[in-house]
Amino acid sequence: MSSSKSLIKKVTGFRLFLPLACLFLVLIINVIKTPTFFNITIQNGVLYGYIIDVINRGSELVIFAVGMTLVVAASGGTDISVGAVSALAGAVCCFVLSGGEQSTDFYHAPYILGVVAAILIGAICGAWNGFLVAKLKIQPMVATLILFTAGRGIAQLLTDGQMIYLRVDHFKMLGASIPGVPLPTPVFVAIIVVILTYFLLKKTALGLYIETVGCNSKAARLVGLNSTAIKFLTYTFCGFCSGIAGLIITSRVYSIDANNAGLNLELDAILAVALGGNSLGGGKFSLLGSVIGAYTIQALTTTLYAMSISADQIPVYKAIVVVIIVTLQSPEFTKMRTALAAKIASGKTAKEAA
Amino acid sequence: MDNNAVLTMRHISKNFPGVVALSDVDFTLRAGEIHALMGENGAGKSTLIKVLTGVEEFETGTIRMAGMDHDLINKSPQMAQGNGISTVYQEVNLCPNLSVAENLFLGREPKRAGIIDWKTMNKKSREILGNLNIDIDVTRSLEHYSLALQQMFAIARAVDLSARVLILDEPTSSLDEHEVEKLFSLMKKLKGDGVGIIFVTHFLEQVYKVCDKITVLRNGCLVGEYEVENLPRVQLVAKMMGKDFDDVSAIKKEKKIIEEDANIKIIEAKALAHEGSIKPFDLVLKKGEVIGLSGLLGSGRSELARAIYGADKPDEGELFVKGQKIVVSAPIDAMKSGMSYLPENRKEEGIIAELSVRENIIIALQAKKGMFKLLGKKEQEEFADKYIELLQIKTASRETPIKQLSGGNQQKVILGRWLLTNPEFLILDEPTRGIDIGTKTEIQKLVLKLAGEGMSVMFISSEIEEMIRTCSRMIVMRDGRKVGELEEHELSQMSIMKAIAGGSENE
Repeated sequence: MSSSKSLIKKVTGFRLFLPLACLFLVLIINVIKTPTFFNITIQNGVLYGYIIDVINRGSELVIFAVGMTLVVAASGGTDISVGAVSALAGAVCCFVLSGGEQSTDFYHAPYILGVVAAILIGAICGAWNGFLVAKLKIQPMVATLILFTAGRGIAQLLTDGQMIYLRVDHFKMLGASIPGVPLPTPVFVAIIVVILTYFLLKKTALGLYIETVGCNSKAARLVGLNSTAIKFLTYTFCGFCSGIAGLIITSRVYSIDANNAGLNLELDAILAVALGGNSLGGGKFSLLGSVIGAYTIQALTTTLYAMSISADQIPVYKAIVVVIIVTLQSPEFTKMRTALAAKIASGKTAKEAA
Repeated sequence: MDNNAVLTMRHISKNFPGVVALSDVDFTLRAGEIHALMGENGAGKSTLIKVLTGVEEFETGTIRMAGMDHDLINKSPQMAQGNGISTVYQEVNLCPNLSVAENLFLGREPKRAGIIDWKTMNKKSREILGNLNIDIDVTRSLEHYSLALQQMFAIARAVDLSARVLILDEPTSSLDEHEVEKLFSLMKKLKGDGVGIIFVTHFLEQVYKVCDKITVLRNGCLVGEYEVENLPRVQLVAKMMGKDFDDVSAIKKEKKIIEEDANIKIIEAKALAHEGSIKPFDLVLKKGEVIGLSGLLGSGRSELARAIYGADKPDEGELFVKGQKIVVSAPIDAMKSGMSYLPENRKEEGIIAELSVRENIIIALQAKKGMFKLLGKKEQEEFADKYIELLQIKTASRETPIKQLSGGNQQKVILGRWLLTNPEFLILDEPTRGIDIGTKTEIQKLVLKLAGEGMSVMFISSEIEEMIRTCSRMIVMRDGRKVGELEEHELSQMSIMKAIAGGSENE
């Protein structure tokens, strides 16, 4: 009895319990509503199915969420420019590879150059945000608002206000799949980003530094940490992630539409961090929590599409589910839950005694 | 005898999950009495106050106020206030951006035709403060006034809400001697007006200066109620500790380290200054020396330490560590040359609240080592365990978040953090503020032990007695200036007070 109770306590006390529970909740609703949800079929050597779709489509969001997690943890603020920065990165990539032409079916420059340029511009944008926040101590939301509005404008300038099409099969691989590999490429990119970040945080002291700075930046300075540099680093890293995500977004549609690429994804990324059980006030964080949060949001979106709800109405349903999930994780609700559990437990022991 | 009682609490019990916070506690407060509530951290002082003011519920027992024919159960601090019980905390709970008058009348502004009657409000405010011998401009915003005055406004507000019971919870922690005196004369005036005052403090001297009665709690139980004159200081401490504890005054300074070592200049500052807070000063600190910095609050004693450590980057002057000139532009530079700094404000600058005891202990060493040389998990655990044991830190485990520890134990964790970096020069800025007397003694002993082993220590404290016990030399600060230096044989309460106040020879 007591061992099972302590097991329950252990499981529910686990940090990622709630985020995982929420993800399962969404998935269970899916199975009830769409029995075929977990069906996977193979066409042309590539796996298809709703669940594959969730994992595939969620990739960009996962990458955004990774960057956002670090920014939130270190600065207690959010980077709202990630969507716009990813559009800019995509535009830069297309511009480099198309040589400035509006539509092309061959590369004008080596593919790797486009990739490097996109990631570099992402990191530069991140560094700019980092400079404003860490060095000039501007409120994160205000600081990143600049690129939030200007990022797409710069991309438009670059593409001359037009869409650029890159009709090269090789270019589509990043957003679709590589021949002979059954899973879509974005899935691998997301996994690699998560794993590399995880090791960067755990195998160096960076994770501890970020938590320390986010928790108490005055104390962090007095124990010898350079709060400014660490905050700057997280914003730069976030921009780097946006660059990678921008590449995937562009590759999926083998074109760049600076007005719509990565639109509203910054909000989903912030939400993913919150759903992952992370405090938006900074400090302790869980990277895995954010990843789970990102997949939860994507599962929700895919569910709604699967239930053939029109794209215009999706935000309404999404909002309802988000309200429920956020309530489940709120401190007040947690208090009520533990009080209830204690009541049940004491009732049980009383019964046993009798 | 208890006919005069304004508040009686009987058989109060209160449990927290797994802990008995109060067990069958009695407390009696009489009108026109200043009553000290004493006990170590965790004795149940705060819980008793919280139960009384409705912040926490209690399980059994009764509370009665004189002139009330039923038992009193306060559900909230507002309700307690309505029943004549007001509390003033260490942190002033007023609005800094509103005027003094507005703060005094917040929520009960005098109105005329629905509009706030400013004239009456300001006039009444002047009257209220005038009664307490405070003469200031009530229309200026609160933040213009010192913390001490703000606290007095808070008391004035509490009293004006027709408080019969006034609770002062550690009101003197952030005040300097002079301000404390002012507060005491205010308390005595209120006492004369028949207000019953409950005074919670860690400072023994203050209890003997101003209180009539002492109630001692230990581990949630009542030890007893005593007349101040019948309870000598050593006995009070013994009652609080629950054992015949080796009196603080019995601490002996350890043997001085070998003479030739004592001539190594660990720290030498030449005309170091930080604009706006500290004027250029010279300072020499030798190996194994405990040097005290005293002065009133705002005299520059903390600022001097911060300038050396680089917490506030000095903008002129030179600093030498063991004869080598160094440039400190951030604390990390100071750390690398062997310094460490325990800041004055534990909550804001010391602890990293969310992180575990282990992480709080290893963070400074990790920062010193750099990002790419992560201490191994096992190594971290060994370090944490070592200092938990060495400093006898009371914590559920090494992975407990530091915010769950009591103030004294938090301070020990931060001490451990610095000792782990193996410093040659340790700056302790108010290391014993707000922590219980047992831990205070431990810290003082530790300082002397470390100095005996050759560490140089700079000790800053508002408690002169504590400094006399630990320091071998004392620097006196006034208005951001170093105004005097006292050698060990010159150290006495009187000589230090004189130097602080600025006698003729120091001017």
